Amino acid sequence: MTIAPEATPTIVLVGHGMVGQRFLEALAERGLTATHRVVVLCEEPRPAYDRVQLTSYFSGRTPEDLSVTDPRFIEDHGIELRVGDPAESVDREAREVTARSGLVVGYDVLVLATGSYPFVPPVPGKDAEGCFVYRTIEDLLAIEEYAKNATTGAVVGGGLLGLEAAGALDGLGLTSHIVEFAPRLMPVQVDEGGGAALLRTIEDRGLSVHTGVGTQEIVTGADGSVTGMRLSDGSELATDLVVFSAGVRPRDQLARDCGLTVGERGGIAVDEQCRTVADPRVFAIGECALAADGRVYGLVAPGYEQAQTAAAAIAADGTDEADRLTFTGADLSTKLKLLGVDVASFGDAHGTTDGCLDVVYSDSRAGLYKKLVVGGDGTLLGGILVGDAEAYGTLRAFTGSVPPVPPESLVLPAGAGAPAQLGPSALPDEAVVCSCHNVTKGTVRGAVTEHGCTTVPEVKKCTKAGTGCGSCVKVLGQLVTAELEAGGVEVDRGLCGCFAQTREELYEIVHALRVTSHRELLDRYGREGARGGDGCEVCKPTVGSVIASLAPVIGASGYVLDGEQAALQDTNDHFLANLQRNGSYSVVPRIPGGEIAPEKLIVIGEIARDFGLYTKITGGQRIDMFGARVEQLPVIWARLVDAGFESGHAYGKSLRTVKSCVGQTWCRYGVQDSVRMAIDLELRYRGLRSPHKLKSAVSGCARECAEARSKDFGVIATASGWNLYVGGNGGATPRHADLLAQDLSDAELVRLVDRFLMFYIRTADRLERTSAWLERIPGGLDHVRDVVVHDSLGICDELEAQMRAHVSHYRDEWAETIEDPEKLARFVSFVNAPDTPDPVVGFVPERDQMKPDLPLLNIGMRPVQPEEAALEGSAQR
Amino acid sequence: MTLALETTGLKVRIRLADGTWFGVCDPGALLPGRGVAALLPDGRQVAVFTDRAGRLYAVDNRDPFTGAAVLSRGLTGTHRGRPFVASPLLKQRFDLETGRCLDDDTVRLRTYEAEAG
Repeated sequence: MTIAPEATPTIVLVGHGMVGQRFLEALAERGLTATHRVVVLCEEPRPAYDRVQLTSYFSGRTPEDLSVTDPRFIEDHGIELRVGDPAESVDREAREVTARSGLVVGYDVLVLATGSYPFVPPVPGKDAEGCFVYRTIEDLLAIEEYAKNATTGAVVGGGLLGLEAAGALDGLGLTSHIVEFAPRLMPVQVDEGGGAALLRTIEDRGLSVHTGVGTQEIVTGADGSVTGMRLSDGSELATDLVVFSAGVRPRDQLARDCGLTVGERGGIAVDEQCRTVADPRVFAIGECALAADGRVYGLVAPGYEQAQTAAAAIAADGTDEADRLTFTGADLSTKLKLLGVDVASFGDAHGTTDGCLDVVYSDSRAGLYKKLVVGGDGTLLGGILVGDAEAYGTLRAFTGSVPPVPPESLVLPAGAGAPAQLGPSALPDEAVVCSCHNVTKGTVRGAVTEHGCTTVPEVKKCTKAGTGCGSCVKVLGQLVTAELEAGGVEVDRGLCGCFAQTREELYEIVHALRVTSHRELLDRYGREGARGGDGCEVCKPTVGSVIASLAPVIGASGYVLDGEQAALQDTNDHFLANLQRNGSYSVVPRIPGGEIAPEKLIVIGEIARDFGLYTKITGGQRIDMFGARVEQLPVIWARLVDAGFESGHAYGKSLRTVKSCVGQTWCRYGVQDSVRMAIDLELRYRGLRSPHKLKSAVSGCARECAEARSKDFGVIATASGWNLYVGGNGGATPRHADLLAQDLSDAELVRLVDRFLMFYIRTADRLERTSAWLERIPGGLDHVRDVVVHDSLGICDELEAQMRAHVSHYRDEWAETIEDPEKLARFVSFVNAPDTPDPVVGFVPERDQMKPDLPLLNIGMRPVQPEEAALEGSAQR
Repeated sequence: MTLALETTGLKVRIRLADGTWFGVCDPGALLPGRGVAALLPDGRQVAVFTDRAGRLYAVDNRDPFTGAAVLSRGLTGTHRGRPFVASPLLKQRFDLETGRCLDDDTVRLRTYEAEAG
């Protein structure tokens, strides 16, 4: 007997962009993926990715990083996702969609999320080689490829996307122009004052802005590729590459072809439930839809709302459910960082409400412009922020209500008479904190109080807040902390069982009160039961490191084996070498920048041969010698120091190496002397004790052979200087470093690295690499940039002074140690038999060298007392 | 291998299995919070520590988890009022008075009486 399968109703989604993906998630949340077959036809060769963050590709995010699609989600919900297979036609009568591959899918519900396409003005030459649009990852890859043979680029359009594109060209090292037909940049979002502040900052970055002119023709050379463009004022602009970014248009051709109603200026007409007015079985969401209020929304937040509305309507179909969502229009609030400038606008930004008033703070010198639009009764109606959008999250949430402080205090910069800061705790519960996902403060609070979330990542997962544009994450952090504190939840952030303070707090205590010993710190500031004790293996090295970092400033000895300091160090620091599994040590002399003369190579070879050491080239471009017994270390180092080597600090939580490629000196592609810069940096920061190890690299051109972007601070040469990247990491959790600043001179680079490292040392947790630190600290990269580039905390002079003190107090630990007989006395295997080697340390040959004799380690091992083993019958280990 | 153990004029002493005391070093060789290793007449190794109150502790120097003779190079501390040493290799902690591993109940170090005299 065969049972005919019951026909499963089918939902076909055309388009898999951010809104399409949100729609799928909304289907899953409503259980519809379980009851329906869901087929997705996606034109692009990859699943949905974060188009809003497209430009971040140029600051190191890979296409994979940009993805917003979890493959497990697609799989778990049985969604049939067909990438690279767009819908070609729709037969509404037969209820069938035909894809390019020839696949025909019948549907019960069809959802169009086809997005938009870039508008290219119909100027002669617009299709010439070297003309691009800026919409997809493929566009980006094409621009990147073409830019390799270009020196100048121009963007047509000075709106939001145009500035994004200009930022990308600038990032590719092109001399960049922006051509905007309107009299100011970002005409939709900002007013004249905001445009002026924006213009100044962008021009300061070396971009040329041409406003009030149109593009008349793209000029091409003999080979048909772009050589320039003719503008409406008669002038001509020489350029190798043109990016059209003059707005987008709804992609509604598929809808037109199957007879759905479209608006006069495009867009698939839908009702308040996002159902097309022509066919109740067809929905349209996102940028292709003409919403019930007669507008096409080009932002992601309204698109998300439409996705949820459509999913709700589909779920309610065929039921009596009255609880349908409606989409009647959306807030156009935006916060962006364009070309390094914060720009935000929200609510009634242009002051179109009757009787409204402006509160404006403007400082063109600093590139700041802040305007609030306030109603006659004091209600905050909207605003524009350029140059500093820190307050955006709070201000947007207050929009529509009367803030509890006078409006001028909300725009004045700190230190310019601004009264107490207005924190998110002052917000009402119904205030929307995350506008991308329409999450209110009340919901965030509920996540903490009812769902037990204690961290921002948990709240993000629970509420979706902060997973859109991310602009509200800082406010989320403040809310979570406030809520936890209000709820009396004990969040023990203490360093260890001995200290209730974090490493950062201990740093501040040591710094401010000039505490120079762990013992004193423990007895005065330790936890109740820990005072008077011996501390532990966590706090001792941490405090030792903090004291060493601050040594010149607080008047402590910077030498880690001095006095009490010696007792605080981990064994590696204590013996100035790296402990290996059999109790022997490895030795790594510093080879700055990886550059080494033959004579020194020979010395290393001789020492390794004479002491029978195993040698291996490290990932940091130096040479590691393994298998030294503790009593051999001083003898080996005496020879190394004599040959001009110094400690490589491979054992310390401190600067390891600054790798380099050969750079301009030898390489035909190099544009700067990367080796010299790597040596300079390595010699400057050598011996600097920090919360964790620090790695760096310098590449002589954008080919990045030194892999600088996998380092804590990486430097990449540009034609006019250096780009500085921070927070990179390899290892178990790889992370590409983020661009901190561009085109720096030698002096500017060193100054920024000084500040960055000292700020990291001051604020990071114990064993927290820069990558994790950057992800954790409130405000992330933007905050770090504000502090170290713009000196928003006013501490840069101090940070620089600390680094200067470190540099001037640096001494080679090994040179110092071999001069000191008392310290040398510690380098023995046995205190009562100084000349006897540890019998457990032995070696056997392997591949022309030697390796630890591991069986030797087991001889005589009796890990468990016999009577105990018998009692508990437990396995020995 | 010949051992030239110096046993005269030393003040820190370890009590051996046969009940005799064996001198290992001058108290000045011990830094509070750090240890030293000493070789015993039977070829075993002992790790000797002192804390900031001047109390002495002695345990087997071999790390039972790796077999390496390194415990004297670990960091000591106080956990709930009791002294411990953390192995410098894989960081397991051992109570200095009982030898018991705080991270694995089935493992215990041999301990020795130690005194300054």
